[in-house]
Amino acid sequence: MLMSNRELIRVVDLHKYFPVQTGFISSLTSRDGPSVKAIDGISFSIRQGEIFGLVGESGCGKTTTGRTILRLIEPTQGKIYFDDVEITKLKKDELKKYRREMQIILQDPFESLNPKMTIRDLVVEPLEIHGIGENESEKKELVMNALEEVQLTPPEDFLFRYPHELSGGQRQRVAIARALILRPRFVVADEPVSMLDVSIRTEVLNLMLDLKTKLGLTYLFITHDLAIAKYMSEDIGVMYLGKIIEYGNVYEVIHDPDHPYTQALMVAVPVADARIKRPDIPIKGETPQPINIPKGCRFSPRCPYAFERCYREVPELFEVEPGHGAACFLYEEFHSGRIERGRIPSL
Amino acid sequence: MKRMPPLLEVKDLIMYYETMKGDVKAVDDVRFTLEKGEALGLAGESGCGKTSVALAMLKILPYNAKIFSGEILLSGVNILTLSDEEIRKKVRWKRISMVPQAAMNALNPVFRVSEQITEAIILHEQVSENEAKKRTLELLERVGIDPSRADHYPHEFSGGMKQRAMIAMALACNPEIIIADEPTTALDVIVQGQVLKVIKTLQRELGLSMILISHDLSVVAQTCDRSIIMYAGKIAEDASTEELFAEPLHPYSIGLIGAFPSLIGERKRLESIRGSPPNLLDPPPGCRFHPRCPYAREICSVEVPPLLETHKRHYVSCHMVNKHPKYS
Repeated sequence: MLMSNRELIRVVDLHKYFPVQTGFISSLTSRDGPSVKAIDGISFSIRQGEIFGLVGESGCGKTTTGRTILRLIEPTQGKIYFDDVEITKLKKDELKKYRREMQIILQDPFESLNPKMTIRDLVVEPLEIHGIGENESEKKELVMNALEEVQLTPPEDFLFRYPHELSGGQRQRVAIARALILRPRFVVADEPVSMLDVSIRTEVLNLMLDLKTKLGLTYLFITHDLAIAKYMSEDIGVMYLGKIIEYGNVYEVIHDPDHPYTQALMVAVPVADARIKRPDIPIKGETPQPINIPKGCRFSPRCPYAFERCYREVPELFEVEPGHGAACFLYEEFHSGRIERGRIPSL
Repeated sequence: MKRMPPLLEVKDLIMYYETMKGDVKAVDDVRFTLEKGEALGLAGESGCGKTSVALAMLKILPYNAKIFSGEILLSGVNILTLSDEEIRKKVRWKRISMVPQAAMNALNPVFRVSEQITEAIILHEQVSENEAKKRTLELLERVGIDPSRADHYPHEFSGGMKQRAMIAMALACNPEIIIADEPTTALDVIVQGQVLKVIKTLQRELGLSMILISHDLSVVAQTCDRSIIMYAGKIAEDASTEELFAEPLHPYSIGLIGAFPSLIGERKRLESIRGSPPNLLDPPPGCRFHPRCPYAREICSVEVPPLLETHKRHYVSCHMVNKHPKYS
C-alpha cells in the first residue's frame, strides 16, 4: 500500500542550543554567551507504521531530540513536520490538537507516575485533559480497555491501586496505557526499558511491538542499547555529540557500519556468548562535553583514521549505499577517487 | 597427600536482613569456590543477592544483616570467625579488596586522587610516604591514567577515569582477590569496553582472582572464566562461562539468556520469563523459581532443589534437570 511509505514525521535541520548561565557582567558585554549544543543540525524522517531507532551514548542529544519533536522543548532552529503540517511555529491552542496524536513514554516509571494518584486516576488524566468521554461510565470503559491492552489484567484489580504497589514492569505498562489511551499516531519512547530488569524488559518490548501492529503506531525509539535498537527498529540513526553521524536500515548499520564511531560502538558492545572473541576497541578517550565541540568533524580527535580535512571541515551525511549514509570524509574522498579503497575501515 | 584448599570457598552461607516486616531472605544456602587466578562472574537481576554475597566476604554488612550459618574459607581459614580487628588488619585490602558499585561517587571530592590512593597504602602497609606515592603513580599508570593527572581532583576526571582510579585503589595493597561490583554499569558502552579490558588484563597479568558482579550477562560472558547465575537469593546454576552460555541447564538461566536481545545474528522474537521475581520477605516454598517456571512439576513447589553437580564442575539446582525432555 502506498500509505505505508508516507512520512509521518519529518525533521529538517533541527538545532537546540541551551544557553549556559554566565555572570551578570559577561551577560552585558557579550550577547552570545557559551551554549550547550545538544542538537546541532539533524534531519531525518519516519515513515508511517515504522519504528525509527535513535541510538547514542549519554549526552549525545537523543532525549532532547525526542522532546523537541513533541515541542516539549522549543527548538532553536529548524522545522518539524507532523503528517506534512509544520508544527514548529504552532501556537499553544493549535498545538493541543497535535499533542493528542503525539505521545511520549518516559524512561523511569518510578518517577514518571505521580505516587499519590491511583492507577485509574493516572490513566484517566489524559482523557480529562483532552475532554474525551461523555460521562464517567464511558471514561471508565476506556480506562479498562487501555489497561487490558497493556495486559494489566483483570483491570479491576489495578484500578484503585497506587504505583508503589506495582512492579517496575507493571508501572511501565501503566505509562504505556497513559500514552495510548488517546489513540495517538506517533509515540516517542525514551529508553522505555532501561530501568527494568532483563526478565521484565523483553515482555515490555514485545508488548510495544504488538501494540504497534495492532494500533498502527509509529515510534521514535530512543535507546543507548544497540541490541535493543536492532530488536525494535526498521531504520536507525546513530548520534554523536548532537549530530546524526550514520543512518540507514538497522541491519545494514549494525552488521556493516560505515562510520568509524559506529564501528567502535559495535565492537564495544559485549555479547552474551563466551565463544565470541571481540576485537580491540580502535578508539581512545571519552566523548567531549557538548559545550566544547571539537572543530571540523566532531569525532576527529578520537578517530584513528582522521586526516587533515577532518580537522578543518564539518562532514555532512554522505550516502554510501542507497538509504545508508555516514558523515565521514573517507567515503566522499573515496567516491571522488582521491583515496584508495584500502583506506576505508571495516569491521 | 592432602589436597590444597581452594583460594576461597563459600559454604552453605545463609544471610538474612532483619526488618520490621520480617526477615528478607537475601542469601540462602549459597556455596561456590574461587580458584587462584580465576575470574568468576556473579550474575542475576536486582535483588537476587549477588551484592550481599560480596559484602559478606568482606564483612562490611549493614547493621541489620544476620549471618545464620555457613563458612567463608579464605585459604582454609573461616573469615566469619575472625574479629573485626583481624579482618581489618589481615583480610580487607591485603587479601580481598573491592571496587564498589557506582565507583564514580566513591572518591572523596575534596582530596586529590593520588592522596586518596596513597592514604590507603600508608594505612595498611609499613611504608614511607614517598614509597606510597611512587606506588600510587605506578598503579595509576597500570590502569591507563597518565601520572601527570594523579594530582587532579575527582571532578577533573571523566567517568571512565574515576572508575580506573578506583581499580588502582583496589590494587593498592596487592590483594589476591578483587571483587568488582557492577564496575561498568554507569559507563557508556565504549568506555565500558575500555574499563573491562583494563580489568581483564590486570587480572591475567597479576594472576589475580576476581569476582565480577553484574546484572548484564554479556559483560560476564565476555570477562569471566566461570559464571554463577543467582535467582532470589539462591544459586540457580554454576558452570564454566562457555558451557553456561552455550548450553544453560536451569530453566531460569535458559529464560534469562533467551530474553537477551543480541547484536549478532538474525532478529527473532524473544521469549520473556512470565511474572516477576518474588519478594524475599516471603519467597515461594520449594524452588523459588517454580511460579515462573515453564517446566515446574508438583515436587518443585514442595521441595527445595539441591545444587547438584550434573557433570564436572557444572552445578544446577533444579528438580527437573535430567528428567524433562528439554534436558535429555
